[in-house]
Amino acid sequence: MSEEKDFTIENYLQYLREKKFMGSKCKDCGEIYVPVRKICTKCNSVNMEWVTMSGKGKLAAFTSITVGTPFFVAKGYDRNNPYCFSVIHLDEGPMVSAQLVGVEESKPEQIEIGTPLEVTFLETEIKGDTRVDLGFKPA
Amino acid sequence: MSDSKNNPPIINSNQQANKSSNISYFKLKFEDIIIIKQNFVIVEMGKLARKVALVGAGMSTFGRHFPAKRNPDLWIDAWLDAVKKTDKGIEPKDVDACYVGNFSSDLFNHQGHLGPQMANLVGLTPKPAARFEGACASSGIALRQAILAIASGIHDVIAVCGCECMTEQPTVNVTDALATASDNIFEYPAGATFPGLYGTLASAHFKKYGTTPEDLMRIGIKNHNNGAENPFAQMQETIKHMMESKMAKYEKQGRGVPEWHDEFDFLKSSSNPIIAYPLRLFDCSLITDGAACLFLAAEDVAKNYTEEPIWIAGTGQGSAALSLHDRETLTSFIATKEASRQAYEMAGVGPQDIQVCEIHDCFTIAELVALEDLGFYEPGKAAEAIANGETALDGSLPINTSGGLKSKGHPVGATGAAQAVEIFKQMRGIAERNRQVKFNVNTAMTHNLGGSGGTCVVTIYQKEV
Repeated sequence: MSEEKDFTIENYLQYLREKKFMGSKCKDCGEIYVPVRKICTKCNSVNMEWVTMSGKGKLAAFTSITVGTPFFVAKGYDRNNPYCFSVIHLDEGPMVSAQLVGVEESKPEQIEIGTPLEVTFLETEIKGDTRVDLGFKPA
Repeated sequence: MSDSKNNPPIINSNQQANKSSNISYFKLKFEDIIIIKQNFVIVEMGKLARKVALVGAGMSTFGRHFPAKRNPDLWIDAWLDAVKKTDKGIEPKDVDACYVGNFSSDLFNHQGHLGPQMANLVGLTPKPAARFEGACASSGIALRQAILAIASGIHDVIAVCGCECMTEQPTVNVTDALATASDNIFEYPAGATFPGLYGTLASAHFKKYGTTPEDLMRIGIKNHNNGAENPFAQMQETIKHMMESKMAKYEKQGRGVPEWHDEFDFLKSSSNPIIAYPLRLFDCSLITDGAACLFLAAEDVAKNYTEEPIWIAGTGQGSAALSLHDRETLTSFIATKEASRQAYEMAGVGPQDIQVCEIHDCFTIAELVALEDLGFYEPGKAAEAIANGETALDGSLPINTSGGLKSKGHPVGATGAAQAVEIFKQMRGIAERNRQVKFNVNTAMTHNLGGSGGTCVVTIYQKEV
């Protein structure tokens, strides 16, 4: 597999731009990393391969943010229109950060940790370019 | 423990790595906790090669000082206050180096290279001067590095500076600058803000242990009660007083007076808006300008400055993945557990020996989790202890007698050093107004957390070692 793309942040993000949710898997111990990593910090191996993630997982933790980052404020989120930042426990093992969509952000007390989720790719138009960010929604 | 010290069971290389990775450090007791990092099991904690004492400590007032006072002005205030609180006095000629803790003067003030700037203002140039950065734990790190440098024998006396001037920027810029302490590549694009990250951690703690918003409100109420007694604090007002003032104001204006029977009613109202669920405005610490100064001296020279040195009994520092998603757990901070393990082991004491502690309450949930991570309470049990008043000024384990970051304020780079200032006062019996604890403090602790838990510095202080 000398043709494997290098396990860099940019290559991970490039897959994301192509709406592919990818991780790296240690060929020696089987540990899976998302976002991608080049060194397996479990067994010190650098014998990695790219793997396609199922995109399925469960909500591990979340918040509903009323005072957001400049990027999210520019997207139209504010006190009356909050957004959810979340940590998702993927079925393959690792956790990942993403915006949680498809929920009632203004009623966070109704959002349940443990809810089954699936990946979705969030597109934002910025100055003619389309930016793709990782998102998750109830499965 | 003594056995493991003589014979550290260090597991290295690949053969045993898989075995070690099966050990869960969360299941082990505090005394025998084993930290596994990559392939190595780290168990041995060294001692300081010579004793180090805190001989003087002081701070500027905390508040919104810009433009009347900038970092250099705040630092000079802190230095003068620390000189005043050094019994036999101290002069620049006595000090061998200046260690500065500061998070982000680059973004807040368009100023880097603070080491020589601060050293020069108090007459320390051309001696060594350097800045240390670890987000909100920056001056905790500066303190620790000063301790290690003195213990090594290379310096006898070091001045530690902690400073941050945040209000030069509008709030939106401050929030964005603070966000650089979280992971910029994966968390930030997902919308993470600092309150957001702690709100996320809170949601996990709520789910696992049944923690409630009221549990967090009690922490804010308690810290404001303490801060009201601190003339150096940014908000010297209890939450009850704020509530009553607001009701009086509404009455005067002829508006409907809210039906708030106690602080909890007030804190659940729209006067305390949600910032990042479940955290509300009064769960968050403040945007603050301030500085603190510590004088540390080797045992050989400490008596030149005071007959009552406060000894550094233990120092520890831990780290964790910057991103929450790269951590093993969302309901505790591994960096705090590791830092406190080291500090306890070096000091030869345990959680039960700590009499007073300044905890890094950047958000109320952070104080609650720290109470558990530091070993004061079992996981999930801190809320009950807080409700019973155990962490209040007159409780069995007073926490944040200064008012904490919530009421005293949180000039991020100054916070670690300012925590030591409060411990210095409590151990000397000189805490102002009505916040001196009613017993003799022989053993105390500071807990300084950086970012969303990526860095932690824990320091243990003792009057007699």
